[in-house]
Amino acid sequence: MKLLVIAGPPSAGKTALVKQIVRHFVSEAKIAFLKIDVVKAYEDIELANEFGILTRKVYSGDLCPDHAGVMVLGDAVAWAKAGGADLFIVESAGLCLRCSPYLNQGLGIVVLSSISGIHTPEKMGAMVSLADIAVVTKIDLVSQAEREVLVQKIREVHPSVVLIETNALQGSSLQRLYQLIRLSDEVEEEGLLLKGNPPLGTCTICVGKKEVGWKNHFGILQRLDGPLAECLYRGE
Amino acid sequence: MRGQCFKVLHTLYKIFLEELILVLRSLTILPGFDRNGQRENFKEILLLPGETVSIVGPTGSGKTALITDIELLAQGDTATRRWVLVNNEPPDDVIRYNPAAKPIAMITQNTKCFADVSVGEFLAIHARARGITEKKVLEETVRLANQFTGEKIHDGLKVTVLSGGQTRSLLIADAILIGAAPIILLDEIENAGIFKQEVMEIIQGSGKIIIFVTHDPVIALHTRKRIIMENGAVKKILQQEEGEVLAAQSLIELDKKISEIREALRAGRVITGKLAIADPA
Repeated sequence: MKLLVIAGPPSAGKTALVKQIVRHFVSEAKIAFLKIDVVKAYEDIELANEFGILTRKVYSGDLCPDHAGVMVLGDAVAWAKAGGADLFIVESAGLCLRCSPYLNQGLGIVVLSSISGIHTPEKMGAMVSLADIAVVTKIDLVSQAEREVLVQKIREVHPSVVLIETNALQGSSLQRLYQLIRLSDEVEEEGLLLKGNPPLGTCTICVGKKEVGWKNHFGILQRLDGPLAECLYRGE
Repeated sequence: MRGQCFKVLHTLYKIFLEELILVLRSLTILPGFDRNGQRENFKEILLLPGETVSIVGPTGSGKTALITDIELLAQGDTATRRWVLVNNEPPDDVIRYNPAAKPIAMITQNTKCFADVSVGEFLAIHARARGITEKKVLEETVRLANQFTGEKIHDGLKVTVLSGGQTRSLLIADAILIGAAPIILLDEIENAGIFKQEVMEIIQGSGKIIIFVTHDPVIALHTRKRIIMENGAVKKILQQEEGEVLAAQSLIELDKKISEIREALRAGRVITGKLAIADPA
């Protein structure tokens, strides 16, 4: 089974891209799809209705969505395999941008819109810098020069990323992506590892304490004017 | 020994650079399909350096889709399923996907930039993308842009606040000097409130393949080939006729007259029944 992990900010065109991929492969491969979101998601229903593929969603709710992703992905790979899938697509809402959902196996794809702003690639951190492929969408909305400026910015964040520019609604110029998916390795359930480093994360906020101000908390503390415990805080 | 090593490396590097810089001998468009799924009715459209082409047809006839196919060097993977060949063969991935090696600069109808950077930064990043290291090109681009528009552009302005005319002027100058590509695609340059005659003079006779999508008869009559579009497909391909060269000249005179009247109206003057310009009573 091949694995795609697709990440990107809301409205970047992730689902439009997923639909093109599913449309392209649905006749030759059995596809399973998992959406990880925080509050609401409809993609699973849409894709199941349109293509009749195996779909699921999971809401992270109070949990950080990347944390939720790590928790459920093991079971999800087993679920897709049990369903006989040849291609498993995981779509993740990119949220706080601290982490990236990509794994050491399969393909990690970041989706960025042409109109998302010139500094976005830098701000998105690991979601861009650890991706295998960056897909730039909505290219019909901007000039060629502006597209090339955005692509250059992505390249400067991640020089070796494979860049693909598309109008995901029409599915233009995606042959290269399909080729890379076709050539990607099968995943092995044992040994799936996150590519990026997770954040330091055992603190009173994580366990639900609501009071504001460092005096009300213990664990990893940060004041407005710098850290209290320099040896621990790694936020900057 | 070290000297020799250096020489070999240097030669290899030069070969690599030459590989990257494509010598364009021809561009070929192979037929795709119209909106009803019918195959387009032509064998191929062959374009050579120095050739000017206009694409005409009503709104929605597929003009922009055709130049977008060229810009993306479509390989049967766009909505129209057309193929575009460079030097009579499918282009390498490097040419399709690396802006520094791409032989095409396109001016779209967009008159808005979303990038939150200044004109100077925008041009500098684009120059990096196109592998240009000379700083002088940036100043020249701003200078050229100012020849196309009456509203002054300077490099400290944010690109997001430029007017439609300023944006188009800047992007055209950028395509000529930073894109510096052997193929230039222009989508309805007449719509932007810019000096289109200056633009046409500068880019014609440049030895490049220049393709205009246009509703403007002056531009359409000036090009050597005309592609007529209908229902998402190429309907006809015409060569410029001898008489049309003369017609184009006369039409420019008419066009200048219209421009004069436009400027006069803007300046608060009045026009007589015989199209003369006068002061209001």
